Amino acid sequence: MLTADRVIAAALMVLSAYFMWHATALPIGWNGMTGGPGGGAFPFWLSAIMFVTAGAIIVRSFRIKFDNPDTFFDQETLRAVLVVIGSLVVTITLMPWAGAYIALPLFLLWYLKVFGKHGWTLTLLLTLGTPVFLFFFFEVTLKILLPKGFTEPLFIPLYARFF
Amino acid sequence: MELMAHLADGFATSLTSLNLLIVVIGVTVGLFIGAMPGLGSVNGVAIILPITFIVPPSSAIILLAAIYYGAMYGGAISSILLGIPGASTAVATTFDGRPMAQKGQAGLALIAAACASFVGGTISVVLFTLFAAPLADVALAFGPAEEFALVLLAFTTFVGLGGDDVLKTLMMICLGLALSTVGLDLISGQPRLIFFDQPGFYSGISFLVLAIGVYGIGEILYTIETQKSAPSVTPAKLTFGELWYGVKELNKHWKTMSFGSILGFFVGMLPAAGATPAALMSYGIAKLMSKTPERFGKGTIEGVIAPETSNNAASTGSLLPMLTLGIPGSPTTALLLGGMVMWGLVPGPMLFIEQPDFVWGLISSLYTANVAAVLVNLALIPLFVWALRMPFTVLCSLVFILCIVGGFAPSQKMHDVWLILGFGVGGYLLRKADYPMAPLVLALVLGPLMEKSFRQTLISEQGNVLAFIERPLSGTFIAISVIFFLLPMLKHVNRWLGRKPSPAE
Repeated sequence: MLTADRVIAAALMVLSAYFMWHATALPIGWNGMTGGPGGGAFPFWLSAIMFVTAGAIIVRSFRIKFDNPDTFFDQETLRAVLVVIGSLVVTITLMPWAGAYIALPLFLLWYLKVFGKHGWTLTLLLTLGTPVFLFFFFEVTLKILLPKGFTEPLFIPLYARFF
Repeated sequence: MELMAHLADGFATSLTSLNLLIVVIGVTVGLFIGAMPGLGSVNGVAIILPITFIVPPSSAIILLAAIYYGAMYGGAISSILLGIPGASTAVATTFDGRPMAQKGQAGLALIAAACASFVGGTISVVLFTLFAAPLADVALAFGPAEEFALVLLAFTTFVGLGGDDVLKTLMMICLGLALSTVGLDLISGQPRLIFFDQPGFYSGISFLVLAIGVYGIGEILYTIETQKSAPSVTPAKLTFGELWYGVKELNKHWKTMSFGSILGFFVGMLPAAGATPAALMSYGIAKLMSKTPERFGKGTIEGVIAPETSNNAASTGSLLPMLTLGIPGSPTTALLLGGMVMWGLVPGPMLFIEQPDFVWGLISSLYTANVAAVLVNLALIPLFVWALRMPFTVLCSLVFILCIVGGFAPSQKMHDVWLILGFGVGGYLLRKADYPMAPLVLALVLGPLMEKSFRQTLISEQGNVLAFIERPLSGTFIAISVIFFLLPMLKHVNRWLGRKPSPAE
């Protein structure tokens, strides 16, 4: 637990340093002309507080005597979480290229059948039902077009029918 | 009787068939979301917000308020039937709700929870109606300096009263504020913090993206590990005899209920407190005041009534500062505030003057939402028992789909979907390491207001920093903020001086 605490605090330190570096693009000091701080001051000094706070969390972690015996991740959880995150990355990568109507059902199929070990009836019901619902809710009702990628031509007859 | 006239006008809005339908749909959706273990009002509002574009803005906020309300009622359902709190706000309900269900009184416990929620909700909505207009009047005198001081006060309550690790709370506040500065500088209009030169960052980071990431994706990732095995659902049967008995039983506990409601309302107003601590406090006090404290924890009806009145009252209480001052009292109301800004309604005192129809329509719809919630809740109990048997993976997969599509819909940019995934994973890791999420979301929503009011004050006062303490109201707010901020440090000093062995933390 303590190791994880330190790693996360260190990562936040790096993040805040990165923010600070970005913020220096605009003046970070007091602007004498208009009165008040420059455009970069708010992000810069807030990130500076983050940097110091993260440092304090690390220092504190060395002064605690007893480590919480719980581990941050057990093997099983870590695997499940990584697999789910991976599948989301694949789905989102596929979306602009193959379209939402291929990427999302593929995700459902994988998640329900392989990850969730459900039967075919439930899996197919949701895998086929969800895109139909999404199409009618977002595209037909709200007029928000979801990405289609190379499947775009297949939707032209549907557009003609519903718009 | 200006108040009654306003309220009557409000009812003219909220009793239109569209708004009534919206309230019923909202509380039903909210009840289901609240009943699902792990998902509470904040998750429901975050996931549903992007698809509220389907109705006009004033109805959209009513829909969200109804979901909020429904989720508050729904939290009790899984607390009682599964023994797992449906939302953190319903933790205290498990203490006696679960033992009651195990004794075969699940139906009675559900009735008590629903009716107590109704009483808590109604008392607090009356309080809300009484306090809203006067508070908005006071707030009319606020300038940028007072606004800044008030935002500062909201954040310091997290440090002083939040109960989480002080350093980690401070970290999350600053991270949220820093993220809120991404995009164009408010005063000069120059771009700043454009990470990796991605054009998507020019429009800033929407609160919606952070909320869907943290409360949608992050929450589900978090529940994957806590819910490995399918929970066992206690069957509940409901008869009219039981309903009658429940209402009679409830009638004996007016003291607990009114106390819980008033306590909940005021605790709910504080940004750092909210419904969870309110419910726990109310439970504790009910036990102290009870003639039979030994029955608490073993399945007494009072132990269900006390937290349920209080958490519903707190959810109404947290709407008060959001609507009148523009400072949300909880993460859920922070999302409502963000939603209102998105629809072009600026919460705060001016709203009462410029959009009285909307304000009073919303307030009166809280009354209708309460009535709808208690009726839908009681009518659909068999359905909830069935829905709670739904395998967790089905719920997860649907929430993921809603997060991806819901995150894409408002801006129609894949950039936001990637950000949602990033915030989801980041939020999950931070939460696992005990970083509180509420201050992060609140900071992102309030960040622009805080920076704008700070810099406006300084520009109008020619850079005089003392302007914040010279004005009486803002000076008072700042002074209270300083006290809250120093509170945890005083505790340390006290312990150090006392040299007492510190209790295990």
